Amino acid sequence: MATAYEIAAAVPDPELPMLTLADLGVLRRVEEHGGGEEHGVPEKHSVADKHSVADKHSGTVTVVITPTYTGCPALGAMRDDLVRRLTAAGYSGVRVEVELSPAWSTDCISERGRRALAAAGIAPPGPAPRPAGPVPLTLAPARHDVRCPRCGSSAELISDFGSTPCQAVWRCGSCLESFGAMKGI
Amino acid sequence: MTHESVYDGLFGGESDQWAFGTDFDDPLAGVTAAVPEGADPGQLAAYCLMLGDDALVLSHRLAQWCSRAPDLEVDIALANIALDLLGQARLLLIRAADADPSVVPPLPHGSPVPAEDALAFFRDDGALRNVRLAEAENGDFGETIARLLLFATWRLALFGRLVASRDAVLAAVAGKGVKELAYHRDFAARWFLTLAQGTGESRLRITEGLAEAWRHHDELFRAHPVEQQLAALGVAVDPAEAADEVAAVLGQVFAASDVARPSVPQSGLPGGRSGRDGVHTEALSRMLAEMQSVARAHPMGRW
Repeated sequence: MATAYEIAAAVPDPELPMLTLADLGVLRRVEEHGGGEEHGVPEKHSVADKHSVADKHSGTVTVVITPTYTGCPALGAMRDDLVRRLTAAGYSGVRVEVELSPAWSTDCISERGRRALAAAGIAPPGPAPRPAGPVPLTLAPARHDVRCPRCGSSAELISDFGSTPCQAVWRCGSCLESFGAMKGI
Repeated sequence: MTHESVYDGLFGGESDQWAFGTDFDDPLAGVTAAVPEGADPGQLAAYCLMLGDDALVLSHRLAQWCSRAPDLEVDIALANIALDLLGQARLLLIRAADADPSVVPPLPHGSPVPAEDALAFFRDDGALRNVRLAEAENGDFGETIARLLLFATWRLALFGRLVASRDAVLAAVAGKGVKELAYHRDFAARWFLTLAQGTGESRLRITEGLAEAWRHHDELFRAHPVEQQLAALGVAVDPAEAADEVAAVLGQVFAASDVARPSVPQSGLPGGRSGRDGVHTEALSRMLAEMQSVARAHPMGRW
């Protein structure tokens, strides 16, 4: 039977569904309180058949997540999805807490997550800048070497702001496709 | 074809994914609310309102560009920046309400409006503590970019210091905010350069916009007693300390753009009181009238 952590870790990101919350690196901790786990045969289940699994877990669980960008509306959707999935697995109480520090970084995205992003046509982020002092001003746009996720050619920045707070828009110099790239933060 | 809910249609019946219409009761749930030892909760709340209102008000100004920007990329960029600032505002307003619940305006008994919404939508202009640079009308694109450059450079310099705050929430908000504000500043700086090096008209617009924004420059570095006292306790940042860093960064942009640092008369401070004291320009009243009208018409509404 899946543990609370495994259930939480498998929840997809609401805006980048090719990534799970664990891949994205926003899942900090999952703590189970009270209740005992019944040991049963692992069962593939979806939210729809929650009645069939409702008796598999008991007790309560606390999930700690961290936001990507401060204002990202996906945080609320993540909270709702976590509550729904863990409640469906039988937990009687699910509390989702937010931890702001240390701040999330794209360096938290897993290797599997990076491959999933690229496979979905989104260029994974380069290493996040970690300036020792004040963040230096950059008047020239290209900050890291972004490659086209389709053909691997070099690309140019169209805009630092894209379809989600965490993405920039780039265009491939070879196949001329525009694509999203995760900004390294 | 009928669906049980509007989302069913969007997801083809697979409602496992929720991308819309969700709320988050308290983004600070689980974050410690302890006030640093020696700090006055009322002062901490006032300081959180200052930084929160700066972000709230400029966020709304930038959101007013939505569908009106010169091109789609800029439209999305300004909305993204507005969203980041709104996120910062939300955390800071919640922190203010946690530290001192008396700052939250009273609502009818049983109202479901959370504290941060009550602070955003049910305070009059005199209760807002933002700097007046944030509230100025957008003007044209040049003026908007010049104001954003000045604001983001200043706020980044403040947040770069606030990461060391003894208040865990302020330090965390600043830690995340630094990454966002660096993008905001660099976006504005690149557009500033582009407009300054463009046509005669674009150069005129950006230099006039800069002169307009600069009328509120000195107020940015004028410490309110709350800022000074909390800065002495290691909780807040005295904005005067950020002046040199801001001047150096802006100097780089001006040099690259071949634009002189402005020297313009500063907007008057009636009785020596500034936006930090709740003394604002008419522009804020008009903006709030629009921004708050729906929430105020429905104080029992759930959003």
